[in-house]
Amino acid sequence: MATNLHLRRKLTNGVMLGLAMLSTLVALGFLFNVLGYVLIQGGSALNPEFFTHLPKPVGETGGGMGNAIVGTLILLGLASAMGVPVGVGAGIYLAEFGSGRLGTAVRFVTDVLTGIPSITIGIFAYTVVVLPMRGFSTLAGAIALAIIMIPTVTRATEEMLKLVPGSLREASLALGIPMWKTVLRVVVPAAMGGIITGVMLAVARAGGETAPLLFTAFGNRFWSFGLDRPIAALPLQVYTYAVSPYDDWRAQAWAGAFVLVAMVLVISLLARLFTRGAPMR
Amino acid sequence: MTALNLRPEPVENNMAPEEVKLLGRRVEIEELSAWYGEKLAIEKVTMSVDPNRVTAIIGPSGCGKSTLIRCINRMHEVIPGARARGRILLDGEDILAASVDPVLIRRRIGMVFQKPNPFPTMSIFDNVAAGLKLNGLADRRTLPSIVEKSLKQAALWEEVKDKLGQPGTALSGGQQQRLCIARALAVEPDVLLMDEPASALDPIATLKIEELIQELKQSYTIVIVTHNMQQAARVSDYTAFMLAAEDRVGRLVEYGDTNHIFTNPKDKRTEDYITGRFG
Repeated sequence: MATNLHLRRKLTNGVMLGLAMLSTLVALGFLFNVLGYVLIQGGSALNPEFFTHLPKPVGETGGGMGNAIVGTLILLGLASAMGVPVGVGAGIYLAEFGSGRLGTAVRFVTDVLTGIPSITIGIFAYTVVVLPMRGFSTLAGAIALAIIMIPTVTRATEEMLKLVPGSLREASLALGIPMWKTVLRVVVPAAMGGIITGVMLAVARAGGETAPLLFTAFGNRFWSFGLDRPIAALPLQVYTYAVSPYDDWRAQAWAGAFVLVAMVLVISLLARLFTRGAPMR
Repeated sequence: MTALNLRPEPVENNMAPEEVKLLGRRVEIEELSAWYGEKLAIEKVTMSVDPNRVTAIIGPSGCGKSTLIRCINRMHEVIPGARARGRILLDGEDILAASVDPVLIRRRIGMVFQKPNPFPTMSIFDNVAAGLKLNGLADRRTLPSIVEKSLKQAALWEEVKDKLGQPGTALSGGQQQRLCIARALAVEPDVLLMDEPASALDPIATLKIEELIQELKQSYTIVIVTHNMQQAARVSDYTAFMLAAEDRVGRLVEYGDTNHIFTNPKDKRTEDYITGRFG
């Protein structure tokens, strides 16, 4: 009977392990499927021209998404310039001073903001930026993306700062270093690797957003440099081309999707690199 | 032709700056009580700490010895809800007064903690220089000599002089603790507080710290909290024994010459503690 029980345990163990491995395979399978499919479908349209040229008018072959790639980079740069300082600042507040009621409130609002569908944020940016400015603009798109980045950056910063041991704060305060300088020069540097990772992941997420750009950045078939003008973005271009009736446009949409995936992948890898280099203890 | 005077002129005041003895300051604690929120932790402690002497505070866990020492440089109030009443006079000036900026007090009263806590993002050099640099008191030209002097005072210079650029956390535990001592000394405090500075170290590293304390008392007033009675007997000139009664409130039981406390205590509770009957 003892051996029977033993056998049953072994069997259950084996079955469970098998199920867990199967789930892993399915999850990984989807990832590689998507990557492979995107590459196969878009590969034919991927050439140097794709990265440097403007889209061609309907009927002409060739052309690229150069403006959309640059547009996405500009939007992400502007969004980071606005969203990262706010997010990191709020994260510092929550971690170092947010033990009271206000801290709890800010934390709750941040969590709610994380869950808001991105299209809502697009409508918000449309209402407060596009309508008053009487036109779609780079600025509106960047603001929408910044709002999407803020909660992620805030919570990542807070979590990373909380990992910094309290003994470090005490060591600094005991040297007669004021609290604000202790936070900026001792605590934040100790958590820098983690904070950068959080920022990178937020940038990666914002980079793939389409909905908030639909009626803010709007898209543009030409090069666009100017805060008050509509600008192209990769996800928008992919969306427009993917639903078009033209074969070469659809191939270009796949190529655009591939570039987008590659960008997110690179950003994620960079984030990993920073975490590994961080002297967290 | 006048005879040449070949004898050199006697040089007055030929002491190099680092040989000038800094003097420690007297600390007088009067009727000091401290709370954590509503809970009274220590009650009405009164004791006078002599300059250039080592004063040890001993007692079982939870008797309030760490709370007491943290009141002296106003680190106690860093904990949310913590407060202190009474007076602590540093050279006659009440440092608990509301008008006194705790940040300035902490520059005059340094502290070394139980666990070595060098700044992980800084090099050995920057760790020692941190107190001056972050307070905007650093002078680019004098900084290296101050760092060297502080590391020498902490008996660490010979071990690290060739690797000042390496991270402070790469050192061994005992070295890290001496680095923390050097860091505290670099801002030239009057008083050095040590909260169980050797409790996380092995016996050899502990011995080094103890020897160092003997050196440092020539220049500083030192208060050391320790749960190790042998250590108190070895390093201190005066010993204070604290104990928490049934109500879990710490009080000063006996304070005096270390020899007296360990050989001929007046209070029965002190005798019971040092003979190992409890605690």
